[in-house]
Amino acid sequence: MLRMSARTDCSRNEAVIIRTSAILLALSAVAVFIMLLGHNPLSVYLSMIEGAFGSGYRITETIRKAIPLIVASLGISLAFRLKFWNIGAEGQIMMGAFGATFFALNFQNLPSVILLPLMGLASIICGGIWGAIPAYFRAKFRTNETIFTLMMNYIALKWLTYLQYGPWKDPGALGFPKIPGFTENAVLPAFFGLHIGWIIAVLLIVIMHIFVNHTKRGYEINVVGESENTGRYAGMNVKFIIIYTIFLSGGLCGLAGMIEASGVNKTLSVEITRGVGYTAIITSWLSSLRAPVIAIVCILFAAMIQGGTFIQMAFQIPQSAAQILQGMILFFVLGSEFFIKYKISIINDNKAEANQ
Amino acid sequence: MVNISKSFGEIKANDNITFSVNYGEIYALLGENGAGKSTLVNMLSGVYTPDSGEIYVHDKKLRFSSPGDSIGSGIGMIHQHFKLIEIMTAAENIIIGQKRSFIIHRKKLKKTINSISEKYGFKTDPDKYIYDMSVGEKQSVEILKVLYRGADILILDEPTAVLTPQETEKLFTILKKMKEQGCAVIIITHKLHEVMEISDRVTVLRRGEVAGTVNTSETNPKELTAMMVGKAVDLSIDRPAILKDEVMLEVKDLSLIDRDGIKKLNRVSFNVKAGEILGIAGVAGSGQKELCESIQGLERRKRGEILFRGEDIARLTPRAIFERGLRISFIPEDRLGMGLVPTMNIVDNVIMKDYYLQKSLFLDREPARERAEHIVKMLNVHTPGIYHPVNQLSGGNIQKVLLGREIDANPDFLVTAYPTRGLDIGSSHLIYDELNRQKMKGVGVIYVGEDLNVLLSLCDRIMVLFEGRVIGTVDASTATKEDIGFMMLGGKEC
Repeated sequence: MLRMSARTDCSRNEAVIIRTSAILLALSAVAVFIMLLGHNPLSVYLSMIEGAFGSGYRITETIRKAIPLIVASLGISLAFRLKFWNIGAEGQIMMGAFGATFFALNFQNLPSVILLPLMGLASIICGGIWGAIPAYFRAKFRTNETIFTLMMNYIALKWLTYLQYGPWKDPGALGFPKIPGFTENAVLPAFFGLHIGWIIAVLLIVIMHIFVNHTKRGYEINVVGESENTGRYAGMNVKFIIIYTIFLSGGLCGLAGMIEASGVNKTLSVEITRGVGYTAIITSWLSSLRAPVIAIVCILFAAMIQGGTFIQMAFQIPQSAAQILQGMILFFVLGSEFFIKYKISIINDNKAEANQ
Repeated sequence: MVNISKSFGEIKANDNITFSVNYGEIYALLGENGAGKSTLVNMLSGVYTPDSGEIYVHDKKLRFSSPGDSIGSGIGMIHQHFKLIEIMTAAENIIIGQKRSFIIHRKKLKKTINSISEKYGFKTDPDKYIYDMSVGEKQSVEILKVLYRGADILILDEPTAVLTPQETEKLFTILKKMKEQGCAVIIITHKLHEVMEISDRVTVLRRGEVAGTVNTSETNPKELTAMMVGKAVDLSIDRPAILKDEVMLEVKDLSLIDRDGIKKLNRVSFNVKAGEILGIAGVAGSGQKELCESIQGLERRKRGEILFRGEDIARLTPRAIFERGLRISFIPEDRLGMGLVPTMNIVDNVIMKDYYLQKSLFLDREPARERAEHIVKMLNVHTPGIYHPVNQLSGGNIQKVLLGREIDANPDFLVTAYPTRGLDIGSSHLIYDELNRQKMKGVGVIYVGEDLNVLLSLCDRIMVLFEGRVIGTVDASTATKEDIGFMMLGGKEC
């Protein structure tokens, strides 16, 4: 008979070994799937790496994909620290992009040193408000934030759809429903071959790490996240902490939206997020909410997406195969948490005696 | 049970334990918290499986792999926390889980239950709903349930923990009847006087091992304590006299209605002097928690006045009280859910109440580190280090960290709720001593407790709450346990 027992002695090394083997298991499970498609899994995996890191251009592309993921994951990790299950990053990204676009379209004559910060600020406020609304209701009336933030995603999506097909439709696009492109001064400048979003991401990682671990505000978030009662007991204003933390969380997601709109797409469209808001939930969870780890995990995820695009061309494998790989990795890693918390032992059982 | 061993991870909960119980005898398992009592009986009742060793019932070797096996061989377990369904009657609860027939013969069932009740002296009405019952009645239903299933070996886990003295008396009468009828009764307890009063034989467990088995008639509480702790312990609690006659805290007409509209406190009025320990007794849920949280400023939905040195603090938040320079320390009942952050280390927990006074945006942990070291040294906290998460410490050490932080804040007033719950004798006495030390410094103390013996010997006065009302306040040096027990039930006959 198998028996499980709780373990408290799992060292960090053991945990790393367990998680790594989970990823290896996920890779081998997907290998079976790739073989069924009639390809050699090893060469597919190798060319995924090749596709993600094989040349300067590919590396840039991978990092380009990682930037919004990192910024949004940082935002989500802040909410998760508070045990506020914010799955509304998708909508917060869209609203952030909307706020930035509003300024990009209406203040085209401003110099970019003023316009870009304005757009950034607008995106943080819009995304932040989009997060703070469910946070307010959660703090005041204990509503379920998971459902609430999810529903807010659909409102944001439909709002963008309305704008794209209605008031913001580009008159010069011959009836094609698209929002006009940004003027040059509303586009993030490049630095070392990539828009400066990457510098923002690096700065945010450092700031987040310091904020969470070494500031009073960060400390409060950790306390309230562990137990609201303890927070109240220590004299903290728990409701206020919840609302402003989720405002920051949504604000960061909004900023990710601005970076995407301004740095990559140079316009706004309903496809602005490309699922980043949902992928970021996975990445921040896998990084156990730690900012430096988020950077690594996000780059690996971006590499997987980039590599997935590449194998699509090289092997005619649908890109969904890469998504299956993502799903598998998540499944195995979350499953491996069980082995970190519990020990399985086999015991000899002669149960028959009991029923004599 | 022969040579029973059981480990959880690295910890040996039971190490080579052997004991036997005869029919027609009341047998006590005595030991401090964490001595392995519960583990042992959980193996007997089939919840756990032993790693090694054998269990014999009626000279037959058995191996239980589920509670069902255990019940089948006549072992009935009565847990400390009742497992009853509130919205069903006693009779319905008794037959739950019985597979005998699909249709319930209510009449026959009632007859069977009544005959069992008569045999052992229960006064339980089978048609009464559980939610209408007192704690004592619920316990009777639990016992009836196992008897109905044909158990002749009964195990009671801390049966008197939730009972008033009167109810305990009744329970003991029933247990004695069972013994006369030839049942084997095992009670698990850490209360010495109960062991002396009711058991025939007693086995003392210490750190998972048998420290000794003696006949109750041939021993005394002192010897048993020495066996439990491993050394002789002074069991008396000091009660230094009150130094000053200065009222520190005065509560007037405090009422509180909770979120669901239920009245939790009803016009409560009392005062506490500087250097006095006021005990608060009452059945669980009589408003103790609400009272403590009201004083500390956590409860906001209250009416009435709380005067602290003449200043009304009833409308202030905890932080506002703190900012006025009034130091009220509070040791809540729920240590890990309210007093401390379980996953944080000692330093981060120590800094919790005054971190916000720091001027800088950044958190300076240095002063807290010194204080944490001081607390660890002062109260002799067993921990691998001050950066160890508190939830990995034992219950006693967790409580020491909490107490240490609250006392280290140099309080004017100290509110403690069940500060020794779950602690062993040694740690408990350390905490009583610390409370007395605070008392000598002129700190006013509220001590919410459940062990009447402790309340009577530690406190100066004892206030009894019942359903949110103050039933009365007695002088602890003259009152008896029976007086208080009577008041805990609202002064009504139970």
